[in-house]
Amino acid sequence: MRNILLGLVLLAPSYIWAQTPEERGLEIATEADRRDTGWGDQKSDTRMVLHNRHGQKSERKMHNRSLEVVNDGDKSLIVFDYPRDVKGTAFLTYTHSTKPDDQWLYLPALKRVKRISSNNKSGPFMGSEFAYEDLSSQEIDKYTYKFIKEDKVEGRDVLVIERFPQYEHSGYKRQMVYMDKQMYQPLKVVFYDRKNALYKTLFLKKYHQYLNQYWRAGVMQMVNHQTGKSTDLIWKKIKFRNGFTSKDFRKNSLKRAR
Amino acid sequence: MKFFTALITLACLANTSIEASEWSGEVALESQLFNHAPLFPGQSTNNVSLSISPEYYTSWDNDKRSLTIRPFIRLDQQDNKRSHFDIREFLFYRNYGEWELKAGIGKVFWGVAESQHLVDIINQTDMVESLDLEEKLGQPMINFSLEKDWGNTDLFILPGFRKRTFPGPGGRLRTNPYIDGSLSQYASGRKNRHIDYAIRYSHTIDNWDFGISHFYGTSRIPDLIPAINGSGTPVLIPFYNLLHQTGLDVQLVSGDWLWKLEAIHSKTNNSNYSAYTTGFEYTWVGIRESSLDLGLISEYLYDTRGDKAPTPFQNDIMLGARLVFNDAQSTEILFGTILDTGSRERSFTLEASTRLTDNIKLNIEARVFSNLRKNSPFYSIRNDDYLQFELVYYI
Repeated sequence: MRNILLGLVLLAPSYIWAQTPEERGLEIATEADRRDTGWGDQKSDTRMVLHNRHGQKSERKMHNRSLEVVNDGDKSLIVFDYPRDVKGTAFLTYTHSTKPDDQWLYLPALKRVKRISSNNKSGPFMGSEFAYEDLSSQEIDKYTYKFIKEDKVEGRDVLVIERFPQYEHSGYKRQMVYMDKQMYQPLKVVFYDRKNALYKTLFLKKYHQYLNQYWRAGVMQMVNHQTGKSTDLIWKKIKFRNGFTSKDFRKNSLKRAR
Repeated sequence: MKFFTALITLACLANTSIEASEWSGEVALESQLFNHAPLFPGQSTNNVSLSISPEYYTSWDNDKRSLTIRPFIRLDQQDNKRSHFDIREFLFYRNYGEWELKAGIGKVFWGVAESQHLVDIINQTDMVESLDLEEKLGQPMINFSLEKDWGNTDLFILPGFRKRTFPGPGGRLRTNPYIDGSLSQYASGRKNRHIDYAIRYSHTIDNWDFGISHFYGTSRIPDLIPAINGSGTPVLIPFYNLLHQTGLDVQLVSGDWLWKLEAIHSKTNNSNYSAYTTGFEYTWVGIRESSLDLGLISEYLYDTRGDKAPTPFQNDIMLGARLVFNDAQSTEILFGTILDTGSRERSFTLEASTRLTDNIKLNIEARVFSNLRKNSPFYSIRNDDYLQFELVYYI
């Protein structure tokens, strides 16, 4: 009995000290990644509504396909449907966690497939408040992590972690992620720019579970605190397991995507 | 004609369970203002032009088959040669997994450079449309495409040749004397019915994208021969040679830099020449933490034929800057200049575009030619600096 008590006394502090905030942060990110592994492939239609600070709106529509790639970033194909002048314009991206993505752009009027420099991860996606890096697949290696605290967002228990982009061309110094304790999906992400000033907040709403496992937000709202602009990204017709293979994500796929 | 009847029949026979079928297209109103008085009778200081290009697309069999039809018509106020009709696309597509078949009238783009497209030889240039040589005429073709992990292979059979379009006597930006395409001559005995062939292999390895191609058939760029037409007027007659052309295009992505090379070697029965374009494109993303991107482009253009080349680019330097605003209107401005290092002839181009409403886009284009020499073939456009506005309505 005494030995056990002694053991507990000795063990307890070492248990507490064993995990640093960095380790706890990484553990949460790893668990989120584990729960979101194995989805295979996905397709969806999306509508993006851009709001400027005068309340004017403009709309984008596109359809997307993505393929899960184990041990690397995912492959994705985005095809624009609206506005009409960009209809048929398509992006093919091979995401990588720390090295630059491979990215090709298809210009339908010229029938031209153009390899583009992918250091534009921080650039705005189609004039919206989303940057390319906000929309690309979230790999563990993309960030280092730090657990901050437990908190509540709209009555739900969350784990707050701070993460630091490892990619040198990222537009952010750091991000605060409010991870839902049950879903292990973010409810809110606060972005700080390279100068560490408050930049944007992303709200993720209307989560729905697919295949009894994978949670996907139905609405993502990005608010830019520096410009007063915001963008709503609305996901529709999300469908998993479409039988896509890497052959559906080749350069030639851009030309036949409509 | 039989070819197209067969195609339409094919398309109709296959119209089981049509999955997607849609109309789209564009109508564009263009206005050109010339800075100087015209040099030739019949030319004018301004011009209004309307173009219409509807598109019909239908697909079936799980998108494994499709048909695209896109006619194009332009009505030009001043130049009856610029008023023209073309079928840009009438293309039947069939996917057999790794194999693909395209048959009908279509368009294909090859290459990586910005200033000119040396290796891009499948389609004829619709030159009355734009001086940037990027508008193309529909090309009759049968194209087999094989896509493998080791690269893409494309085979083309091209039945029927399209003549390059040229401005008529009343059009600005023309040669002197003007080019009379109706008197075109050919090296081939089959004239414009010569069947051309092409093959291309392309692949991506890591940061490299490259393509190797070979073409045998009628040259897309004619030699221009001085002559007198039926009514005794001096004209230039296009002569289309037969040629073998091998092309190479390579692009390397390295951080913010794109490095580019396009090279061709061509052989006709009386000549042998090479040409290349090489340069870079550098993109500065988010200038001073803004959402603005600045792209800087520089290319060197060389042709072994020198002044005898039927293109103006034999020893030229192109410099360009592209400003992308990344705003909701997708505003972009491109400024470019091409300098002939020998003659010092120079051209300046400004292209800008922005979306006015969800359906209307405004394009602005300006060109200025400077230092044109008296003995130069471009001396005839010395007064043709222009500013052009185009409103495009998307259906």
